[in-house]
Amino acid sequence: MAQRATNLFSLARQALSHHRNWPRLWAAAEPRRHYQAIIIGAGGHGLATAYYLVREHGLSDVAVIERGWVGGGNTGRNTTIVRSNYLWDESAHLYEHSLKLWEGLTRELDYNVMFSQRGVLNLAHTVHDVREAKRRVNANRLNGIDAEFLDRDGVKAVCPGLDVSPTRRFPILGATWQKRGGVARHDAVAWGFARAASRLGVDVIENCPVEGFLIDNGVCKGVRTGKGEITADKVGIVVAGQSSVLAGMAGFRLPVTSHPLQAMVSEPIKPVVPCVVMSGQVHAYVSQSDKGELVLGAGIDRRNGYGQRGSFPVLEQEAAALLELFPAFSRLRLMRSWGGTVDTCPDASPIIGRTPIDNLFINCGWGTGGFKSTPGSGWVFAHTLATGQPHPLNAPFSLDRFTSGALIDEHGAAGVAH
Amino acid sequence: MSTDLFRIPPELASPLEDIDRAHPVAFRFDGKRLRGRAGDTLASALLANGVHLVGRGIKYHRPRGIVAAGAEEPNALVQVGQGTRGEPNLKATQVALFDNLSAAPVNVWPSLKFDALAANELLSPLMVAGFYYKTFKEGPASWWDRVYEPLIRRAAGWGKAPPGPDPDTYEHTHAHCDVLVIGAGPAGLSAAKAAAESGARVMVLEDDARPGGHLLARPRRVDGRPGHQWAAETAAALAAHPEVRLLTRTTALGVYATAHVTAVERLTDHLGPGAPGPRQRLWHIRAGRIVLASGAHERPLVFADNDRPGIMLAGAVGTYVHRYGVLPGRRAVILTNNDSAYETALALLDGGGSVVAVLDTRREPSGPLVEAVRARGVPIRAGYGITGTTGRGRVKRVWISPLAEDLSPRIAETTLDCDLVAVSGGFSPVVHLWSQGQGKLAWDDRQACFVPDPARPAVEPISVAGAANGCFELAEILAQGANAGAEAARAAGFTAKATTPPGVEAPPATPPAPIWLVPSDKPPGEGVGKHFVDLQNDTTAADIALAAREGMTSVELMKRYTLAGFGTDQGKTGNINALAILAHELGKPIPEVGTTTFRPPYTPLTFGAMAGRQVGALFAPERVTPMHDRHRARGAVFEDVGPWKRARYYPEGGEDMDAAVARECRAARQAVAVLDASTLGKIEVEGPDAAAFLDRVYTNTLSTLGVGRIRYGLMLNDDGRLMDDGTVTRLGEDRYLLTTTTGGAATVMDWLEELHQTEWPELDLHLTSVTDRWAVAQVAGPKARDLLAELAPDMDLSAQALPFMRFVEGTVAGLPARVFRISFTGELSFEVAVPWSVGGALWDALFKAGGKHGLTPFGTEAMHVLRAEKGFIIVGQETDGSVTPLDLGLDWALGKKKGDYIGRRSLARADLARDDRKHLVGLLTEDPGEVLEEGAQLVDDPDQAPPMTMVGHVTSSYMSPTLERSIALALVARGRQRMGQTVHAPLADGRVVKATIVDPVFYDKEGKRRDG
Repeated sequence: MAQRATNLFSLARQALSHHRNWPRLWAAAEPRRHYQAIIIGAGGHGLATAYYLVREHGLSDVAVIERGWVGGGNTGRNTTIVRSNYLWDESAHLYEHSLKLWEGLTRELDYNVMFSQRGVLNLAHTVHDVREAKRRVNANRLNGIDAEFLDRDGVKAVCPGLDVSPTRRFPILGATWQKRGGVARHDAVAWGFARAASRLGVDVIENCPVEGFLIDNGVCKGVRTGKGEITADKVGIVVAGQSSVLAGMAGFRLPVTSHPLQAMVSEPIKPVVPCVVMSGQVHAYVSQSDKGELVLGAGIDRRNGYGQRGSFPVLEQEAAALLELFPAFSRLRLMRSWGGTVDTCPDASPIIGRTPIDNLFINCGWGTGGFKSTPGSGWVFAHTLATGQPHPLNAPFSLDRFTSGALIDEHGAAGVAH
Repeated sequence: MSTDLFRIPPELASPLEDIDRAHPVAFRFDGKRLRGRAGDTLASALLANGVHLVGRGIKYHRPRGIVAAGAEEPNALVQVGQGTRGEPNLKATQVALFDNLSAAPVNVWPSLKFDALAANELLSPLMVAGFYYKTFKEGPASWWDRVYEPLIRRAAGWGKAPPGPDPDTYEHTHAHCDVLVIGAGPAGLSAAKAAAESGARVMVLEDDARPGGHLLARPRRVDGRPGHQWAAETAAALAAHPEVRLLTRTTALGVYATAHVTAVERLTDHLGPGAPGPRQRLWHIRAGRIVLASGAHERPLVFADNDRPGIMLAGAVGTYVHRYGVLPGRRAVILTNNDSAYETALALLDGGGSVVAVLDTRREPSGPLVEAVRARGVPIRAGYGITGTTGRGRVKRVWISPLAEDLSPRIAETTLDCDLVAVSGGFSPVVHLWSQGQGKLAWDDRQACFVPDPARPAVEPISVAGAANGCFELAEILAQGANAGAEAARAAGFTAKATTPPGVEAPPATPPAPIWLVPSDKPPGEGVGKHFVDLQNDTTAADIALAAREGMTSVELMKRYTLAGFGTDQGKTGNINALAILAHELGKPIPEVGTTTFRPPYTPLTFGAMAGRQVGALFAPERVTPMHDRHRARGAVFEDVGPWKRARYYPEGGEDMDAAVARECRAARQAVAVLDASTLGKIEVEGPDAAAFLDRVYTNTLSTLGVGRIRYGLMLNDDGRLMDDGTVTRLGEDRYLLTTTTGGAATVMDWLEELHQTEWPELDLHLTSVTDRWAVAQVAGPKARDLLAELAPDMDLSAQALPFMRFVEGTVAGLPARVFRISFTGELSFEVAVPWSVGGALWDALFKAGGKHGLTPFGTEAMHVLRAEKGFIIVGQETDGSVTPLDLGLDWALGKKKGDYIGRRSLARADLARDDRKHLVGLLTEDPGEVLEEGAQLVDDPDQAPPMTMVGHVTSSYMSPTLERSIALALVARGRQRMGQTVHAPLADGRVVKATIVDPVFYDKEGKRRDG
């Protein structure tokens, strides 16, 4: 069914009837008895998977089931950074594919996800940082990804608020710069995918927790939920911090540990940070939202936990890091902080592919950096579900790499060392 | 300068008044010079001057005024101070007035009075909740980045960041107590008193400058005295109690696991800039029990155009009258659904104002307060609401109408002229910290508010008393407080007696008759008026209805879609109305919709206070060696390595780095040079099982190492990747000394502790970091032995007595020393370790004796060159978390005959045994003068289009002074099988550098030089 595009004109038309006739963004749905594919988790990744399953692979019969509300997990709790300047080829290709999808996403979804290519600075503070930064820039360039190494003056030109004086405790020696990187409105990404998927006939079912799997002879036949049993030809788990819990229900183990991760925003102020600034050495990442809030990501709590609740010293450390980069921000104020649960892998790379159970697939382990890959992750996972085989882009990210040893260690290149 | 026009004449002043009329305070707002009184807040001083218009709404830029009198203020955000002490977004209601305070409105252009963006109101039919998701897509895709987003960004945000570093300082303090009482109103004081009497250590935190809570702003009697006097006396007694710490101007911000409460104490904010001492102190309090007595916030009523300046919370109006002697208006209309606003009417009348009418949404208001107001001749219109307001910059008139039984829209019946509308919609307990402590809420139908649910208590040890607990009767508040305090003390192990709460005189607190949306002539969103729910985000009732219609049926989704509760006030006043309206739209009861999560901090907290002293040089304290001053005196250039400052090179007479490094390298190769190696991590492992332990964590066998001998060791992670390297010296039968890389010292120490404590606790050993116990000078070069022999006449340092990889203790330069025959340069080399405190003396002695040998200090850069000439790796440079010892050609360091060790199993995995893995190789550029860029990627086919097939990368690259040409180390796929072949490095500047793959050992392949 062709849908009329939403734009200024439809807004004006709806205004005439006092906006009384806007449809639901996604239809309220109750589960049917059987689907071709069930995606567990209505975060960005899960919704994107459902969307591409229909859009790219022609499935007609897909449900996304969610224990809470759409986008209520890490999709709505991150610092919204999007970039693709990863070191290793496997990661670079995956994230770059995702970035390309980001670049057309607002139009693709007919929903403004406010993807803002403000550029991402990754600061180098030591001789070692500079060497690693140049290595990454070179690798990115040869992989066809925009990347530049900026010296101190270049950094200052891109982000005048940064204190680049050589007398800082960790002076800024340079930075990598990915102009095409940036930020997006995270909630809108979930809503946009939910809306677009729903328009394609996907059932988005909220308040529907998974309580178990229907597994017969090593083959997954569906799920047991708070709303009854639902059978499916294929099931995909896309539940981030809860991945190991669901894997446990299905009877297999993951090399994933869940940790609290916090982020925070300042009170809204007039524009002062024009791009995304990341630093591994002082451990900070900062950007400014369209609303004017400084968006800051803290480190993970080292302890394991499923509670979306971190500890305050981690936030203090992040504030100190912010002030090392921007000493002028000392009188600005933290407005709100929150926690999420991140699923971290030993090599800081995701797991996207098959599980030991046939017809059960998993997409997890994105750790602290999953938001940027939302469309790409959904795209490759949809391919994996639809064909039963990974796409070449996600083949290296299989679960069996922990058996073979073919790890993709992005700790060093992730910008922020956790 | 007209001033204080709205200050109540002294003869009519309330006995509660708490300003110093004799002490005028000059201040500026929006460029105008005004005068307040000591004790004023900025808000009360503005109101005393008749200033109501203090800001503009974020979306429609409608004029906005002061609404509240405390932390819950949604509107009155101001920029205070200038320059580096400028501070955006302060709530005028929380800014204590001081001399020459200068404040300005935020986000107005060109001025507060005439704001250009007020034109947005014309577009308001389009600017509904979430409109930006539906539009700003028109035109080419690039318009978002170039046109739309810059416009949005310019319009968004309140105040401005200061232009430079903060001149003020902040600090952190940790405290422990048995009972922590949050809030020093009647409940809190009563709780603290009961707890203190038991002997428990008590802390009391009060946000206000004075303890007393609502007793400071309402005429009450407690224990036969005026309530504020009782509060002052009780607080004074508490403050004098040796086990009690009472902190005012201190706001509890968050509750974290293990009863960890954060609070900020504002030390000098009320004194103005330049006051001595830290500005704010962040408290980390670990409490045995927490009594939450944080009171309640009044909530507004939602009616059409309820946002004009002069429309205030009734309780706040009462506070301004009683406490600050200010009449916020002379002709007030009161709109209420409960009795409390009648007290405000009485206060206004007593202060010399008039009350045009009380509009009570209830059909039959009654009770002593109602009768008292009626007796003063004030018309009371029962069952009435406000259907609209007018007034540019200040409310002038309200339209009123009787409410239909079903609250359907009503045409206004008549108008009332006024300059103040005091509104009360009842009270919401301040339950933020209860919720943060993981306590659940229950809906109290009688009080029409969420209260802490005693059946689902907090994970943290919190009890709640007073208004925070939904208790609004003063006598009961005091009793609850006393009970909670005594119970908390008992839970903390003290004996607390039951006390009789003092007698009180206070009007009865009747519950409100909830009304969440006062109807006007049209449904919200259809008429001209706007029913604001969140004043700070310009969220209206129509926005919430739209969100519900679009499927934002979870309260969290509604919040994110409409931004209700997302402001700097975090919706303290308006959230309840927002969720009640959502519930109404969804046809669900309020408790089923629930609240959004209460996120810390309770009020905004400066990043300065969060960072405390951890700024500037103390962000990460620099670690320096005992020789640091010597390096500095020589003009060394330093580099950051982990937490350390290391001398990178020592330029002489205007040398650049290359020249200095070349000279330093030559000295090491031809004469003698010395490196400060003190920063390398040093760990002593001691105990009967030390040898067994090390056999498990190193790839080599160390149990067979003889005493006095040294071995180079590799440490792998679980995945078989090289984690760290260093030397292992057997100091004694049960005692080893390990060295680690400078940057890896802490990681290795943690790793070993983790293994010992969690994997093999049965092994009997101790690990001790001795990095800063021993200062180390690495003396390298053909003349190293000559030099040291001179300084250590009692030691036999000959190759026979002290061969390579041996260790001996003795005296060097009169200092107790450990001498290690190890070499990272390939030259004859001794590492001389002396106690840290005499490292400088060793360095001086070396140079005193070394002059004639040509002793030259060398830095980390020359060290890197020298080791690269020898093909020695640096962990973190030749490795990156993906590299195994086999990749590096270090197979010889893997013990073949020993038992299991960390990483061994992984080395056998398929991927690690691949034959096309990257190998460490040397590279020689075609042009010997070309120094490859470190980090350059290598390809076989430089003409391939991206994505190119990369076969490796350059890990280290230098101009070698010894070889008089450039050299590089690289990791190249199948590198060891590709000796002599060419690879290409396509550089960022477009050049492609050709290089030949060679053996990674460039110099002295036979290792003849290490024995001198």
